[in-house]
Amino acid sequence: MFRVKEYVKAGSLEEAYQLNQKKSNVLLGGMMWLKMGSNYKMTAIDLSGLGLDKIEETEEEFRIGCMCSLRQLEQHKGLNEYFGGVFKACTRHIVGTQFRNGATVGGSVFGRYGFSDILTCMMMLDTQVELYKGGIVSLEEFAKMPYNRDILVRVIIKKDGRKAAYVSQRPSKTDFPVIACGVAKKEDCWYVSIGARPGKAALVKLTAGESSLAEQAQAAAEQFAYGDNLRASGQYRKYLAGVYVRRLMEQLKGEEQK
Amino acid sequence: MNIEMTLNGKLAKAEIEPGTLLLDLLRSLGCYSVKRGCETSNCGLCTVWMDGVPTLSCSVLAARADGHEITTLEGVREEAEAFGAFLAAEGADQCGFCSPGLIMNVLAMERELESPAMDEIREYLAGNLCRCTGYAGQMRAIEKYLNRKKEA
Amino acid sequence: MEKKETFVGSSVSKKDYRALVTGKPVYTDDIAPRDCLVVKVLRCPHAHAWIEEIDTSKAAAYPGIEAVFTWEDCSQKRFTLAGQTYPEPSPYDRLVLDRRMRFVGDAAAIVAGATEEAVDRALKLIKIKYQVLEPVLDFRTAKDNPVLIHPEDSWQSLCTVGADNKRNLCAAGEEAHGDVDSILASCDHVIERTYHCKANQQAMMETFRTYAELDAYGRLVVTSSTQIPFHVRRIVANALDIPKSKVRVIKPRIGGGFGAKQTAVSEMYPAFVTWKTGKPSKMIFSRYESQIASSPRHEMEVTVRLGADKNGVFQAVDLYTLSNTGAFGEHGPTTVGLSGHKSIPLYSTIKAFRFHYDVVYTNTMSAGAYRGYGATQGIFALESAVNEMAMELHMDPVKLREMNMVHEGDVMPAYYGETANSCALDRCMKRAKEMIGWDEKWPCKDMGNGKVRAVGVAMAMQGSSISKVDVAGATLKLNDDGFYSLMIGASDMGTGCDTTLAQVAADCLGCDLDNIVTHGVDTDVSPYDSGSYASSTAYLTGMAVVKASQSMVEKIKEKGAEYLGLTADDVDFDGDRVYCVDGDAFISLKDIGNQVMCNNGKALEVTESHSSPVSPPPFMVGMAEIELDKETCAFELVDYVGVIDCGTPINPNLVRVQTEGGLGQGIGMAMFEDVTRSERGRVYENSFMQYKLPTRMDTGNIRVEIESSYEPTGPFGVKSVGEVVINTPSPAIAGAVAAATGVQIRELPVTPEKIFRELASSIK
Repeated sequence: MFRVKEYVKAGSLEEAYQLNQKKSNVLLGGMMWLKMGSNYKMTAIDLSGLGLDKIEETEEEFRIGCMCSLRQLEQHKGLNEYFGGVFKACTRHIVGTQFRNGATVGGSVFGRYGFSDILTCMMMLDTQVELYKGGIVSLEEFAKMPYNRDILVRVIIKKDGRKAAYVSQRPSKTDFPVIACGVAKKEDCWYVSIGARPGKAALVKLTAGESSLAEQAQAAAEQFAYGDNLRASGQYRKYLAGVYVRRLMEQLKGEEQK
Repeated sequence: MNIEMTLNGKLAKAEIEPGTLLLDLLRSLGCYSVKRGCETSNCGLCTVWMDGVPTLSCSVLAARADGHEITTLEGVREEAEAFGAFLAAEGADQCGFCSPGLIMNVLAMERELESPAMDEIREYLAGNLCRCTGYAGQMRAIEKYLNRKKEA
Repeated sequence: MEKKETFVGSSVSKKDYRALVTGKPVYTDDIAPRDCLVVKVLRCPHAHAWIEEIDTSKAAAYPGIEAVFTWEDCSQKRFTLAGQTYPEPSPYDRLVLDRRMRFVGDAAAIVAGATEEAVDRALKLIKIKYQVLEPVLDFRTAKDNPVLIHPEDSWQSLCTVGADNKRNLCAAGEEAHGDVDSILASCDHVIERTYHCKANQQAMMETFRTYAELDAYGRLVVTSSTQIPFHVRRIVANALDIPKSKVRVIKPRIGGGFGAKQTAVSEMYPAFVTWKTGKPSKMIFSRYESQIASSPRHEMEVTVRLGADKNGVFQAVDLYTLSNTGAFGEHGPTTVGLSGHKSIPLYSTIKAFRFHYDVVYTNTMSAGAYRGYGATQGIFALESAVNEMAMELHMDPVKLREMNMVHEGDVMPAYYGETANSCALDRCMKRAKEMIGWDEKWPCKDMGNGKVRAVGVAMAMQGSSISKVDVAGATLKLNDDGFYSLMIGASDMGTGCDTTLAQVAADCLGCDLDNIVTHGVDTDVSPYDSGSYASSTAYLTGMAVVKASQSMVEKIKEKGAEYLGLTADDVDFDGDRVYCVDGDAFISLKDIGNQVMCNNGKALEVTESHSSPVSPPPFMVGMAEIELDKETCAFELVDYVGVIDCGTPINPNLVRVQTEGGLGQGIGMAMFEDVTRSERGRVYENSFMQYKLPTRMDTGNIRVEIESSYEPTGPFGVKSVGEVVINTPSPAIAGAVAAATGVQIRELPVTPEKIFRELASSIK
């Protein structure tokens, strides 16, 4: 059971950052995963009073505060219209409405979980994270960075004209994915993101070539590493990745021709 | 530490440990409708509203409720009974242990979605597990309840 | 007596529904005293170990800790936690705390303290030196393994079930009818296959929980979420080695059971703590504990040899079941029997059968009772084999069943020679076919979009109570103003028996349903009843209620006649009044109820018991329609049709919901619910995050209809419904997958990856 000695509702990011430098302290997101550990923490730092629970849309980008819930992503009109509904597609199967009302974007992205639909989906887009000390880094790079004690303040997604599509396969409808695939296309570049392999999502960029979509999808899928866990074997995952990436490519191609 | 919240329409003050979960606080305040069914945020039994939003009280620190409005089934008993009669008319109340969480989410859905289709209802309520009914009877009750309101 | 309104056959709402839907505090943890000690168990991390030393001094000294107990504090007389009639077929192989640890999660120590936090801290302060022993984890290697799970001499088997602790055998046996081997040798077609069911969790929403306190007389009062209050009284007395007269057991509302609570999983811990400390205490199992140290389904591997002639007429079945009872033998010797007794009799054309089995101990969590109780496993095997036979014969599996199925009036040699006096299985099949559109859909249809739709079928049966064993009881009291108290010893666990039994009484007594107050179980007050298990409540306790009502009517007539100055032969009773058959004199029930409270020497109170020499099977047909992605092998359940013959439905809505609920669990078992273990015996699916119950997005469209029959030995023609309903989904869904792909999955759950692998290997 999760236990904590003190609770601080941070008045500023600086206060939160200072407190978070202590390893025995912990930053609260939605507490979906945190409470499952049987760890004793000194201070729980709550960012919920800093107004970071909004999605702002500008001409160039979407700015998503770290305390936004997954449900906000799911329901945000602008995001879903711009990116072909992928934010609904990547959230709707996560446990249930109440869970998505609680789970935060910051927690999901900072955690860089292997099973993360959110990370997979955002990875195929031109996404950056804004770290309190570390500044702005691309999500692709952030995913590879070691865990540190910085604070993820917001996620920024550029409106760069990418068309996107997303799909996952799950053992039951609200379970973790066996495989999660996102494909985006801009001009002649494919952005392929695959998560739950079961490793965390990574990005592969391909220039759309002359070969068939099946071959291109296969080529993309080949570039990822796959492994076994409770839900599936690496071999099956690799096979599925090829199938789903091809289907997503076909879908985007089809939409392009409309 | 001390917190103040609006619980079922009334001001409630409580002295809590910083690590106290909202679920445990609510039960200690006599809101026994709030149940724990798992430790992994999967079952939906502990659903309450926080500022009107259906929330898993097992996953929220009580400290976070400070200054907020919390509603449990005890706060919406009349509505709960009105919908509950539909559940019972189908025999779908069964053991009743998941009923409070389900009812809280159904009533939230009713406020949030306008004329939802069956698939939307299933999706909205997917986080409310039930082991007795196979869901079919619950779904009939929900459909009839929403239709009755429409016709009225 | 004339009937007025009939409640039997009517879908009234449950008597307790208002409390349930308004969240009233009616469950164990809601009503436990606020000052209860919190009880928790330290769970062993090894699958097999011996406690060499245990140091509890630091834990005991931790602030807020009341007591820490180890094996040294416990009685060394063994007992079983199985809720069964004494002498229990399950071996006496338990202690409250033992020195030998037999599975990952076994209880090494008990801690009781004022708060959960203190107890959690104290648990971490207990130091144990384990001698780690080699475990037996694969149940296929358990029999005659040199590593023994129960080498102790104090182990005891009370019944002749073929148990031998020196061979890791919890039970073994064989029975046969006819010459199976020679008939199989002469068959044109023989299917020989092995099928594997996992140790599924009942996963009722309310985990195991109990509180205990001492009353004014120094007796131990145990309030528990249980299906078996009277058995719990015996089990707690055995565990604590105290007289049974010292124990009282009360059952409040229960948040589901499904058989899990037919084993006394949690009761002994707070009972022990309260008995030792004199203070009230409670134990609330976490979901984690409920997943790793409880009473799941017996994992079984069932090998079927099914023979048919060239036309598809079945000739013989040979069925061997290997059952894994885990670390302890609860329900081990009895569940296995159903794997044969409640599968083979589905087919009356069979001329010979053999059924043999071994039930083995292993270093895994002890199994228990789960809805279906072995029948589920046997039916998955036999019904899958029948589907495979149909495929070999290139025959419609429905036609094959229609040729071979049991009909009303047939004698069932594999079912203790009982006759199927009520059986609508043929009508169930006909109706199910119509409902799903079988003839248009079988075997499959390519949807042209990379997907294929296919259908599968299975039949099922169960029993109604344990014949010649179970005892049901009902007490009726007439009170002032003529209302009745109905006291039952059967546990309503959400199923609604407090209501359905009152429906039976209301019809027998000719009164309104509200005129009957049902009192749930308190062993000090309620009439003896074996408990709510083995599909017994409606059939057996229902008949006890009928008998008690009949006796009550006689008593009312006698008393009324006395007040009218007549004899009982001169009067009749119409539910409201006792009246003279030839005349105008009458006295109302209200007046009788009030008058007997003054100057009266005859109580208007009756208790009746009932046992049955037979256990009439309910029957069922299930059909599944799936849509399968040909490339990924992912599939969805589109439609599930179930048609049930449970005799007369007392409350059609409750029958329907029971059926839908059982199908829901069966669908979970068929598609998602897996149990796997690490090399060291740790269960991976130890939470709802990993053990996936179906959600309402997974169960598809479940459609249920009732095909009534009339069971002459049941009250109002009733048979059971509670268990049979879980048995069809696994074979029907596996059958639909086979119809879609040509590959049969023989190990549950049927997952897309298993289909993918089978397909890949069949192409090679």
